[in-house]
Amino acid sequence: MTPKATTPAQDVLRGIWRENPVLVQLLGLCPTLAVTNSVANSLAMSAATFFVLLGSSVLVSSLKRLVPNEVRISTYVLIIATFVTVADMALEALVPAIHKALGAFVALIVVNCIILARQEAFASRHSVGRAALDAVGTGLGFSIAMLLMGTFRELLGNGTLLGHRIFGTAFEPWVIFALPPGGFLMLGIILLFLSWTARRRAEQAKVRPWPEGVAERKAA
Amino acid sequence: MGDLLWILISAMVVNNFTLTLFLGLCPFMGVSSRVATALRLGAADTFVLTLASLSAWFLNRFVLPGAPYLRLISFIIVIASLVQIVEMVIKKVSPTLFRELGIYLPLITTNCAILGLAIFQTNRGYTLLEGLFFAVGAGAGLTLALVLMASIRESTELADLPAVAQGIGLVLIIAGSLSLAFMGFAGLGMAG
Repeated sequence: MTPKATTPAQDVLRGIWRENPVLVQLLGLCPTLAVTNSVANSLAMSAATFFVLLGSSVLVSSLKRLVPNEVRISTYVLIIATFVTVADMALEALVPAIHKALGAFVALIVVNCIILARQEAFASRHSVGRAALDAVGTGLGFSIAMLLMGTFRELLGNGTLLGHRIFGTAFEPWVIFALPPGGFLMLGIILLFLSWTARRRAEQAKVRPWPEGVAERKAA
Repeated sequence: MGDLLWILISAMVVNNFTLTLFLGLCPFMGVSSRVATALRLGAADTFVLTLASLSAWFLNRFVLPGAPYLRLISFIIVIASLVQIVEMVIKKVSPTLFRELGIYLPLITTNCAILGLAIFQTNRGYTLLEGLFFAVGAGAGLTLALVLMASIRESTELADLPAVAQGIGLVLIIAGSLSLAFMGFAGLGMAG
């Protein structure tokens, strides 16, 4: 990936939608599926990942001249592991119940490929400021995907949202969506829906011809 | 002995790493289109899992009591160097096997199943022997999931699918159904 001239706004926006780490690049699927059975868990996981991503991007970017090329991946992993340890301990101290629910998956942020990918592809080649912006964008993109999954799974699997009952008592929860298979199914449904809308848009663009003059102006 | 067997079976089917705990999904999605490669990757995974279990036990026993906050950092370093050493040894001892495994060996480092195993083993306080059974069971479970997925994907290639369903979305739905099937094994836990 060669660094193209991008504006700071693009650095942030890119990660949120067009290059969304989960929904488009399909990275970091483990946490997306494993801890999204409720909105609260999704939020905690997103916050922890956001923190680790931002911290390591800033540190990697500021150390980029000091790290020898041969050992750069190991160095990145070390930096990430340090931030994850901090996040793990912070969650344990601040929200013990959620830390317990997330279990080993907080520690497993270390091997979340999104974080390593951003270090290798962006933070190690750009200034601290831009690395931070990129981390914010990617972190937000990850959080959006996590919350999307968490909202639907809690709503359908439990009939609640952040623990508040949304549907009436007559609603029979689809427990399956709160269980492991529901994670696969929900992400599958979301991806199929996205692929369907993308195809539809492509077809509509094909069917509708350009208005008079626009095609010529484009070609010119 | 019953406990050891139960750990093995539990890691293999009841709490299958891939289908129930969502560990090691990257190779599950990426390398599961052919049964032969799936088998080979599964074998490599099982091997590294066993070594990781051994080293996690060693670290927990001799190194980490003095510095528990270094757990994660030391685990990931040991796993990364372990994979490198295994790679070098295989390259030296059996170049054919090395060529066959090829890219999968280094990829295993970033496989969350390995780190996950080390962490689970620590959290549950397994002994050396229990850890080994856990690792072999987890490896067998990963291989089982990979091979099942690969066989299904090989047959979907011949199926007449709607254009929108091609790609990763369908793979996830298939994985969901497999995971649903594996939930049936949960009943074993009550009996055991």
